[in-house]
Order: sequence, then structure tokens, then C-alpha cells
Amino acid sequence: MSCIEQMKYTILLQRIGFKEAREYIEKNSEEVYYVSPGYKIFKDYYIIGVPPIAVGVKGSALIFPYTKPCHGSFVLSIENEESIKEINRLRETGGEKVTAPSKKGKPPESSKASLTSYGDMWKK
Amino acid sequence: MTGAKVLLMMGCPEIPIQTSIALYLSHKLTKSGFDVTIAGTAAASKLLKVSDPDGYYVKKLVDLDKTIVNIIEKRTNFDLCFAFMHNDAGMTYATTMSSISQAKMYSIVFGRNAEALAETIEFDCEKIVSQDAHNPVRLKNKLDKVIEEIVK
Repeated sequence: MSCIEQMKYTILLQRIGFKEAREYIEKNSEEVYYVSPGYKIFKDYYIIGVPPIAVGVKGSALIFPYTKPCHGSFVLSIENEESIKEINRLRETGGEKVTAPSKKGKPPESSKASLTSYGDMWKK
Repeated sequence: MTGAKVLLMMGCPEIPIQTSIALYLSHKLTKSGFDVTIAGTAAASKLLKVSDPDGYYVKKLVDLDKTIVNIIEKRTNFDLCFAFMHNDAGMTYATTMSSISQAKMYSIVFGRNAEALAETIEFDCEKIVSQDAHNPVRLKNKLDKVIEEIVK
């Protein structure tokens, strides 16, 4: 069990495909950052996903995909002191971000690996 | 390849053939000299433990999510990975594994939507696809050919 399950979260979408999760985050966030599979958020959650993985910011809430083998993908939102720290980390370490994402198609190529902690392991 | 570390990555066990194929593959690869670890969800692991109580076929059984963390944190790694998948979440886990590990990937795609699911795979891998859900023989035969190539 990751720390996410012990935090107060809001389920924005549930039991969906990963692609739908990405599209939802892109369309419903004020800022979108793209991270690689395995990007760590909060205390010990490593994001499972198909790159590019969209992570969204809406106010002080972090919006991200959460996948479980038997239940599919979810879009979760967490808004607390920790989410603000995560958002700041994304803003500081992120290269390009996408704002007003609803008008965008695919993310810029250069942003795909910009936030990864494990970029050296990313096999395209 | 003898001695190579192999990970069998199980997903949701709701399709029956996953358990039997995992047991078969573990046994066959172990007999061929590979160091086999099976990673599964809690339910998938319990199915294996009940099916193989003395650990005759399954030598190492670990938690799927912990294994992913261990690979990311570089505490472990594998040379080959067989990823079972019959739904989008299974494909998502396999894609993650492909991104975080240098292991050569084999995607075992099964269940009624196997062909459509196989088409969604974007990472570099060998696909073993069978639309079966209950009868494991066709998938077993396909895997026999793959193993034959690996042990050559």
C-alpha cells in the first residue's frame, strides 16, 4: 500500500484506461507537466503509467493518474501542504510546461523526459 | 542465457489462464537454468501459493508494486521480463516496467480482447498474443516456441 491510500484524496475519474486519464488531466488542469514512469510523488508513490505521463496543477491541488492492476486507472486530486511542495518541485525541476492544455494536442516532445528521476533508464 | 534473472509479472488474476501459465512458465524456465522470480498482486500471489503450496514450481514470489519500487531504486533488476496482461492496467504496468528496467520485454497478452490490447503496446517487446481466457494450451504452445528461442 502506498502513502496515497492513506492520504485524503478526491477521485476525479475511476476505472478508466490510462489514455483517458492523461486526456482528462490535460483538459482539466491549469498547468500540465510530463513525467516519466516511476516519477516519485509524495512520500513513496512511484507513478505507474504510459509515457508521457501528465501531472496537472489546479490551484494548490496536484492531479495525477493512479493505476491498480485489478481496477484500472484513476485520476486523483490531492490538495494539502504536501501537494504544494510537489507542485513547487514540478515547477522548479520541470522544463517546459503546458498551460491552457485543453487547446493543445500532444505535449511538446522536449517536455516528455524533463522531470524524470530515472531519465537514464527511459527506453524510447 | 543460463542463470539469467527472469521476472514473471502477473496482473489481475481474473482471467483463469494467467495462474496456470505463470506456474508452467516458472517451472519451464527454472528447469532450463533461469533464476525465476514471480511478482504479483496479493490475489494473484495467493492463487499461486494455493496451487503450489510446497513451492515446487514457484521458487521466488514477490509483491508487484514493491518490485517496481525496488527496480526504480536500483535495488534489483532482471535480464528478461514476461509481463502478463489482459487489460489496460496490465499494459500500463508493463510499459512502466519497460521504462524503468533494461530487461528484455516479452508481453503475454491474453483474454477476449487480446488482439486489440496488443495493438496498444507502444514499448519495444516481443508479443505473445492469444485470445484465450480459459484454455491455456494455445498460449502454452506459443510460449514453448519463445522459450525454445531463448535457450538456444
